[in-house]
Amino acid sequence: MPQEFRLILKNADLPGYAPDMECYLRHGGYEALKKAVATAPRELPDGKKQTSQEVIRDEVLKSGLRGRGGAGFSAGLKWSFVDRRSGKPIYLICNADESEPGTFKDRQILHKDPHQLIEGMVISCWANDCKLAYIYIRGEMPKAAKLLNVALKEARDKGFLGKNILGSGFDCEIHVHRGAGAYICGEETGLIESLEGKRAYPRIKPPYFPAVLGLYMCPTIVNNVETLCHVKHIVTMGSAEYAKLGTPNNTGTRIVSLSGDVKRPGYYEIEVGKVTLGELINHENFGQGLKDGRSLKAIIPGGSSSKVLKAGEVFKLNRKGADGQMTKVDVPLLDLPYDFDSLQQAGTMSGSSAIIVMDDSRSMVEALANLSEFYAHESCGQCTPCREGALWMAKGLHRLTHGEGRKQDADYLQHIAQNIQGRTICAFGEAAAWPVLSFVKKFREEFEARGAADEAKHASGGAPMKMAASPKH
Amino acid sequence: MSFSVPANLEAELDELATHYPVKRSASLMFLHALQEHFGHVSKDAVVWTASKLGLQPINVQEILTFYPMFRQEPLGKTHVKVCRTLSCALAGSGGLRAHFCEKLGLDSHAHVAQTTPDGKFTVEFVECLADCGNAPVVMVNEELVAKAGMTEADAILEKGKR
Ligand SMILES: Cc1cc2nc3c(=O)[nH]c(=O)nc-3n(C[C@H](O)[C@H](O)[C@H](O)COP(=O)(O)O)c2cc1C
Ligand code: SF4
Ligand code: FES
Repeated sequence: MPQEFRLILKNADLPGYAPDMECYLRHGGYEALKKAVATAPRELPDGKKQTSQEVIRDEVLKSGLRGRGGAGFSAGLKWSFVDRRSGKPIYLICNADESEPGTFKDRQILHKDPHQLIEGMVISCWANDCKLAYIYIRGEMPKAAKLLNVALKEARDKGFLGKNILGSGFDCEIHVHRGAGAYICGEETGLIESLEGKRAYPRIKPPYFPAVLGLYMCPTIVNNVETLCHVKHIVTMGSAEYAKLGTPNNTGTRIVSLSGDVKRPGYYEIEVGKVTLGELINHENFGQGLKDGRSLKAIIPGGSSSKVLKAGEVFKLNRKGADGQMTKVDVPLLDLPYDFDSLQQAGTMSGSSAIIVMDDSRSMVEALANLSEFYAHESCGQCTPCREGALWMAKGLHRLTHGEGRKQDADYLQHIAQNIQGRTICAFGEAAAWPVLSFVKKFREEFEARGAADEAKHASGGAPMKMAASPKH
Repeated sequence: MSFSVPANLEAELDELATHYPVKRSASLMFLHALQEHFGHVSKDAVVWTASKLGLQPINVQEILTFYPMFRQEPLGKTHVKVCRTLSCALAGSGGLRAHFCEKLGLDSHAHVAQTTPDGKFTVEFVECLADCGNAPVVMVNEELVAKAGMTEADAILEKGKR
């Protein structure tokens, strides 16, 4: 039977569980940090010597941990790119901006178990020799920011943070930095600019890879809240045990945010790839199906920027057969294992692991218009294709949803979207284009019918066509 | 100049500035604190922040105008942020926002922040508040109201009128 597997959220929802130090310690808190700083250097079979820090970094690499913020990049590899010879300080930043529409997983950790994040961060700092770290938390979470500040103070008082942590000689400080309502601060280089006290204009890569030229042009690691929490569990369990969770190349657990037209929306932690998209939506342990009398129309599988999936789609996935050979097999939408690789092979992504479900009562034109308004509002404005394109798409969709559509709007939208992706400084360009490209491609009839109906209405003597104003921002 | 920052707040901000190797980094945190204290960020607050952090006023002004949470005008006592984005829209946040506006005599089509003439309420459409499983979501000052229906909306209005 498909069910939750709670590793990160093991304690968060226990009755009486509180975000304070005493409670955290009662539940085994900071034991992983003690274990980490007591790690012995080791010699590998090939004679290579590893320092204690290298051992932990190696463990994180071997665990297969992939970033939980959006891109799913190997955390261990990211750490290995850090320029350790520049002589400059190395910074660690926890990305707690959580602003990808549909996503509400980091919120649970930040509000209910802040010490778990702090422990994960101190271990990560220790392993990477970072003496200064920041938690960049979105401005709309003022309570979590306060909780974190209290927790950080408690950690300092107990010697888990600050000077000479647990007598190891290692000094580390963590501060909370609040954003102020801009989605682009979630993009790691925009976040860094924002942390430097500037507008969150993403930096172009190359050359500004955070691992080399990050915060204050120093090597910097940016990881998501959930990713950093996993580091603690990798240390506790050891990489081999940890990697048994989940599925090959998609190890560990992941918190899925489920919203939209299901009976039981909520956050569910699963072993990556052990539960299917259909189970997450329909099973009694998860979403419990669509509202009565409704059927599935579309799924946004990984936050609003991921490409939409249409009910009834069947995908060709690579599967290893009993003979070890890779073959292509047909996998229907609802049987897609919820993991990084399967969703990528289905032409979309698991992104921030936020699923938004839409039933047959929903207009895909309205849904896309809603999302496009988000991107038009949130573009930072540096790149012309993104700034203008996101606004054009939103305006076109505003017309289409306000009785002023045209049959060729589907082509028009697609054309604009195609001219954004790949032509921008940061991946926001893709994030804005992908929903449009996928909605229009998969639900083209709906967009064309809507435009055609408006044209017919006007042709038959209705009010003359006029460009409706876009909403005031 | 009538603008003055209380000593305890200034001390708090001085401490905040020590969190960063480069003082400029503290500017967002300064604006948060000043806005919390004064209700909005005035021109004087911009100039004050710039001089504290060794910046030009434009360096502060440009972040004030970039980040949606910072305000150049005073806000209503009860600040209602209704989430506009998809999951909340599916759960009826459009109607909820319109309800607030109608009850308060505000334009129910404008998405931007609108404040009632008596200064009691500001109503605004905002983007995803990261609690989509509880859609529709409304933030009232620092409180998040989950699964907000018309009953919850009326309670918020009632409380704010007092
Ligand atoms: C437009 C945009 C928005 C993003 N928003 C977030 C976010 O809110 N939270 C987050 O953790 N990562 C976000 N990311 C991903 C970050 O850039 C970065 O890849 C991530 O924080 C790295 O952490 P991870 O490797 O642990 O996943 C965003 C990326 C883009 C392009
Ligand atoms: S792609 Fe958009 S959000 Fe990213 S830097 Fe360019 S304008 Fe800004
Ligand atoms: S869409 Fe409203 S909280 Fe996310």
